[in-house]
Order: sequence, then structure tokens, then C-alpha cells
Amino acid sequence: MLTLLFDGIAYGMLLFILAVGLAVTMGLMNFINLAHGAFAMAGGYITVLLMQRAGVPFLACLPLAFLGSALLGAVLERTLYRPLYNKPHLDQVLFSIGLTFMAVAATDYFIGSSQQIIQLPEWLKGRTELGEGAWMLGMGHYRLFIIAVCAALTVALQYVLTKTRFGSRLRASVDDQRVAAGLGINVNIVFLATFAVGSGLAGLGGALGAEVLGLDPTFPLKFMIYFLIVVAVGGTSSITGPLLAALLLGVADVAGKYYIPKLGGFIVYSLMIAILIWRPQGLFVRQGGKS
Amino acid sequence: MTDITKNPVVLSAQGLIKRFGGITATNNVTLNLHQGARHALIGPNGAGKTTLINLLTGVLPPTEGRITLEGEDISTLPPHLRVRRGMVRTFQINQLFDSMTPRETLALVVSQQRGLGGKWWQALGAQPEVNRRCEELLEQFHLSSVMHQTTNVMAYGKRRLLEIAIALACEPRVLLLDEPVAGVPAGEREELLQTVAALPSDVSILLIEHDMDLVFSFANRMTVLVNGTVLTEGTPDQIANDPQVKEVYLGHGEGAQHG
Amino acid sequence: MKVPVRWAWWEAVLWIALLASPLVFRERALLINEIAIVALFAVSLDLILGFTGIVSLGHAAFFGMGAYAAALFAKLVMPDPLVGLLVAIGVSTLLGAVCSMTIIRGSDLTRLMVTLGVGLILAELANKLDWLTGGADGLQGVIMGPLLGRFEFDLYGQTSALYSLLVLFLLFVLARHLVNSPFGATLKAIRDNRLRAMAIGIPVTQRIALVYTIAAGMAGAAGGLLAQTSGFASLDVFEFHRSADVMLVLVVGGTGWLYGGVAGALVFTLLQNFISSITPQYWTFWIGLFLVVLVQVGRERLLRPWTWWSVLRSGGSK
Repeated sequence: MLTLLFDGIAYGMLLFILAVGLAVTMGLMNFINLAHGAFAMAGGYITVLLMQRAGVPFLACLPLAFLGSALLGAVLERTLYRPLYNKPHLDQVLFSIGLTFMAVAATDYFIGSSQQIIQLPEWLKGRTELGEGAWMLGMGHYRLFIIAVCAALTVALQYVLTKTRFGSRLRASVDDQRVAAGLGINVNIVFLATFAVGSGLAGLGGALGAEVLGLDPTFPLKFMIYFLIVVAVGGTSSITGPLLAALLLGVADVAGKYYIPKLGGFIVYSLMIAILIWRPQGLFVRQGGKS
Repeated sequence: MTDITKNPVVLSAQGLIKRFGGITATNNVTLNLHQGARHALIGPNGAGKTTLINLLTGVLPPTEGRITLEGEDISTLPPHLRVRRGMVRTFQINQLFDSMTPRETLALVVSQQRGLGGKWWQALGAQPEVNRRCEELLEQFHLSSVMHQTTNVMAYGKRRLLEIAIALACEPRVLLLDEPVAGVPAGEREELLQTVAALPSDVSILLIEHDMDLVFSFANRMTVLVNGTVLTEGTPDQIANDPQVKEVYLGHGEGAQHG
Repeated sequence: MKVPVRWAWWEAVLWIALLASPLVFRERALLINEIAIVALFAVSLDLILGFTGIVSLGHAAFFGMGAYAAALFAKLVMPDPLVGLLVAIGVSTLLGAVCSMTIIRGSDLTRLMVTLGVGLILAELANKLDWLTGGADGLQGVIMGPLLGRFEFDLYGQTSALYSLLVLFLLFVLARHLVNSPFGATLKAIRDNRLRAMAIGIPVTQRIALVYTIAAGMAGAAGGLLAQTSGFASLDVFEFHRSADVMLVLVVGGTGWLYGGVAGALVFTLLQNFISSITPQYWTFWIGLFLVVLVQVGRERLLRPWTWWSVLRSGGSK
């Protein structure tokens, strides 16, 4: 059971890194971006291709995955996303679905539809076990690594948001764009940078998650709902909300699939619907705050 | 001026409190609107006037306090049912149906008001009664010339007239006007003011306005709201001569215009 | 573009042409059948999306429900198509009523999520309850009885096409009546300005729930027609692609005037069949590209292609 908890936490942290960019850009631009998973997929495939075709070691691929997805995000934000910020949500949904379809089809065409296998370096394989019996905690080293990396990133994100000038600009823009612009904050740059970093993190998450979640061209569609759950349940006014939501989701999904395999994803979706009906603004949003 | 407080109370807010997190937007407000009153609610920007309207109409739930309409406790009644009971409001920023024409909008409101809103087997506009009332309203608010234009292309002044017309089409007994002439060019204010002044005297009106000329010519009772609290209440003469009020609000320049 | 209040001449011409088409284009009856089904599905979505402003990514849930209800009814109870269709409509209406309680509260995003979630749940359920639904293999061998006791469903599809077209026509007339009524006007008011709709006494929550339920029933009818005319039901009726495609169909035809569903279905189905000789991957890609371009250019410009180039050059519409 402890192992399940551990796995759930690892999964949750991964989901957080994957989805945090979406949460922040949703809160910032009020833009429903269903294509977020495509950036994650990009990071995953960048890693796979670099490892398989160029022999780049796994660890080196991670920052490259981040950079590649961030660059892609920056370019797309400037060209395609920016004109759509004030459009109705339906248009944003249609656009991002379209983008996702393009990404999925293109990946399928150029790389093929099979699952991509990542060869982890030796030191990340293996497992440590503590305790015994029902209370045994089995920690896969790779999952430990994921937790460590994601935790570090979370701390870094929180630091940037609360302690840096960029962070306060970002928070001001989230609160009220017009006021922020009036204070001399270049809202366009804030959007661009935020979108790029969010996409980069998704890419990093895609690279990290390839071994755990699988990687094939349908990745964006398969996991879109999970990212959206993290954002909808966690709210968009902080990053602790999505963090808690992601952890909850990770643990619930892992536990659900283990204990009641017949019902699988059913549990997660039902839980999500129940939560959203009960608290439509998200589970972890403070009352009266902007969500 | 007759003492309007001799008339029965139609709308009453008692001890209304509204807190948002750490902020108290409405602090123990008690306000009584009498039958036939032209009651103005004034105060500096941010005093909580619109919040009070939102509380009265049910858009916001109060943290504490009671609201009664014609003696009935409506504190927990949903907004659309308050409208059915005769309490109607206008919005400071126009809230219109952009894809519909004034004709369609008013036909909709009148149908809804007559209990026909749920009818699905007859076309909108098939009822002669409804049509007649629509035409009346279009005339009264000088909208006949634009009645087939879709709202989003209409001039601002006409949009503002429509905003008020919609409220009137609901046959209100209590009318809450939130800055009705806000943003209306000076030339069109008269038109709007006259229409508001011509409202029947059995309609009780609570008016938020910053235009002091309008307020003093229109109101027979005033309440001053500052920082969510009622500072004082009385006839326009009493308010105009109240030193506290002068200091807080009117003291910034006689007939000062805000917003 | 709006639905005319009084029946216009072009509407009469259109419907006569549609209803006569299986008789004129006998070899294409199956295609016409497909178009009719897609059109009905799209019109049902228009009621909630175009007229009430609810963005739903899970409308296929009701489509699928109708399909499986009709298929199971024919297999397990009786093969009469009309009774089966009524059952399909009934079941999906019920499902719609239940689900309507989930979409009332919340922002666009939460509504999107909930509708998506419901769609996914039903897909999962259909998959896992394989003893009932046939699981991934689908429900095969649904043999329909003759329509009205006389008209057999044959391989050529004429009966199917006429059947589907008639159902489409009847339900379309119902929807058309609905949107032109005061009830329909309140829906448009809710779409344009929910706050004001509340402030004029419209019971917004009830109306949304009601129209959602009606739309679900209509979608179920479309699904039922699919199962009945094709003789089987498979899991793909619940897939996300279905919900996304029907939204695209409606957007292409135009939201908020009911005929958009019909027009879009025509264009979409014909194109899909034309391009289907090329591998499916291409189709997804081009659909995606089309959506991206469409939104950048502006949906309202879809029917004015001569304006596209200038918009693209200036970097997107405002």
C-alpha cells in the first residue's frame, strides 16, 4: 500500500509538472488550450530521437526537451495563439483541437504509431525496498528521480513566482491585465515567457514521463483530460492548488487501477465530475478569489 | 415636499453585511425604500453601492442580514424569482443581448413577464398583446427608429435607452437604477432623464448616481454610503446641509461629477 | 444567418430535394443516409451550442447511448425500428436529464471538463461492460424488422436513407418551432448575456437543463438511426473524435441557425468520403489544419473566402 502511495505521488508530481504550464496560462490568458499535451509529446519525442539517433545521454536530453518545447511554445504563442486571446472559448477549443490533430497526425506520419521505448541509464533502473510485508515501501529509482526533479522544479517555480520581479509581474497580470499594463508591465512579454516556460515544462514532463506513461502519437489526446482535471480541480490562481490536485489525481488513479481494475479510469472521471459539481471553481481555490 | 417616509416600506434591507475574504464590502447597512419614493443612493467611488444592489437583487448572497420585499423575506430567493416579484434593476455597464434587435429583446422580456417565456409552440411575435406593449415601449424610449438593428451595432445612447427599457418592460414595482446616465453624451441625457422622471409614481425607485444635478432634482430621499456603511439618510435638503456629508463627499466641489 | 420565422420558399425546396434524393441518387443511398444522421446529430448540438452557448465536448455520449439502446432493443426485445427509435430517444433523453445537472454550474472550462468526462465515462463503461455491449468488438448482427411492417431494410439502403431523412425532417421541424418560440428567445438571451437573462426573470438553470435534455434526446435519435441502418453498434460512437467532429460540422455550416447542421453535414460527409481513399492520417491532419486556419481567419468569414487572404496576411483577425 505504501508502494502504491509512492507510485501515486510520483505520478502526481509528474502530472503537476506536465500541467502547471496549462494552469498558469489558463489563469493568465483565460485561454482554453487543449493542445498543451502536444508540447509534452514534443518533449518526449525530442528525447527519444536524440537518444536513439544521436546517442545523446538521457540526462542531457531533459534540458534539451525543455528548451525544444519552450521554443516551439514561444513561436506558436507569438504567431497563432496571440490573435485568439479575446476570442470566445469555443474558438479557442476548436483551434487547440485542430492543433492537436495536426500534431498527432504529423507525428504518426513521420515517426510512426508505435510506442517509443526509452532506455534508461543503468543508475536509474532498479529499486530500493524498505520495511516488509504489507508495509513494504518499494521505491523504483526512476520514480525517486522523478519525484526529486519535480520537487526541485516546484520549489524553483514557487521561488520565481513569489520572490522575483518577473513573478510579481506575472501575478499582477493574472490579477488584472489592464491594471498591469497601466503599471508599465509589458503584458505581451509576460504572456510569451509564461507560455514558453509552461510549454517547456510540459516538454520536460513528456520526456520524464515517456518511460512511465508511455509515448505514442495519441499522447496528447489520451492525457488531455488529466491535465484539464489538474487545472479545473486545482484552480488557476496559485500553483499549490494544481499541485495538490495532481497529487490527489495521481494517487487516486494508481490506487483505483490497482484495487478495482475493472473500473479503471471510471473512478477518476467520476471523482472529477463530482468535485466540479460540488466546487465549480476548483477544489483548492480560496473563497471569493478570482479563479 | 411630502414626507415620503409616511408611505409604507416596499423594500427593506436590515443589517446587511457582506464580506469577501478579509474585506467588508457592506457593513451593517439598513435601508428602507418607501412606496413611490425617488430614493437616491450616493457616495464616493468604491463605497459599495453596486454591491448593495447586487445583494438586494440576489446576485450576491449576504454574509448576514435580511431583505424583505413588500413584507416578504426574500433573503434566500434566487434572482429570477425576485424579478418575478417585481424587483428589477438596470446595470451600470450595459448588459444587453447583442445578437438580438430591440424589437426582439423587448418582445422576449414582455413575453417572459407575461408568463409566456416557456411557451414553445407559438412563434415569438404571434401574440398581439405582446406586440402592442413592445411598440409602446419602443415609442416611449425613442427606439422605434432602430428597432430592427441588432443591438451590437447601435449607438451608445440608444443602447443605454434599451438598457432602461428592458427594466421597464418587466413591469417593476421596485426599480433599482445603477447610474442610468453613465457614459451618455450630454445631448442625450435629457431624453433619458425625462423618461426616468416620467415613470409612474406607484413605482418605487432606488437610484445610484454621481450626477448631483440629477440627484437633487430627482430625489425625495437620499442615503449616503461611505466605505460600505451608511453615513446618514434624509431629505435632499437635510443631506445638502449635513456637515459630515459635505466633508466626505460634496466637500470635494459643489455638484462635482464623478466617473 | 437566422432561421426564418415563416417557412421560406427555399426551405421547402431544400427539404423536397433532400427527401427525394434517395429516389434520384439510388446508388448513393447509403451516403445520403450517413449525411442525414450526421445532420441530425449536428442540429442537436446546435440547440445547446449555437442557441444556448454551451460548449460541449461530450455530445457523443448521447449519440452513443442512442446507438447502443437501439441495437440492444432490436437484439433483445423486438426488431421494430420505430419502437426501437423511440426507446433510443427515451434512454438518451433520460441520460441527458441526469447529465444536465452537471453542466449548470461552473465556468466554460468546468463545463467542458464535465461534458468531456461524461463522454469518457460512457466510453469506459461500454468498454468494460462487454457482456452487454460486446466490448471492443461491438454489437453485431442487429437485424431490423421492416419499417411500418412493410418496408424492408435492404443492402441498397434506400429504405434506410428515406427513414433517416424523414426522422431528420420531423425532428428538425420540432427544433425549428422551438427556436422561434419565446422559449427559444430565452435560450438566445442566456447565450448572449446570462446575467441579464437572470435579471429579467428567466429561470436560467431550468432552461439550460431542459434544452440540454432535449438535445440529448435528439442526439440519441441520430445514434439510434445509425445502429438501425447499419446493423451494428461499436465503441467508436462514444469516441472523443465523434464529439469533436460534430462540433466541426456545425461550425462549418454555421452555428445558431439550425441549417448549419444540415449544410455542414453535407459538406463534411462528402469531403470525408472523397478523401477517404487517402489514409486516415491525412484526414486528421487536414481537419486540424482547417480548424486552425478557420479560427485564425474568423469563423464568420468562412462563407466569404475572398476575405481570407487579406486576413492571413495581416496576421490573424482581431
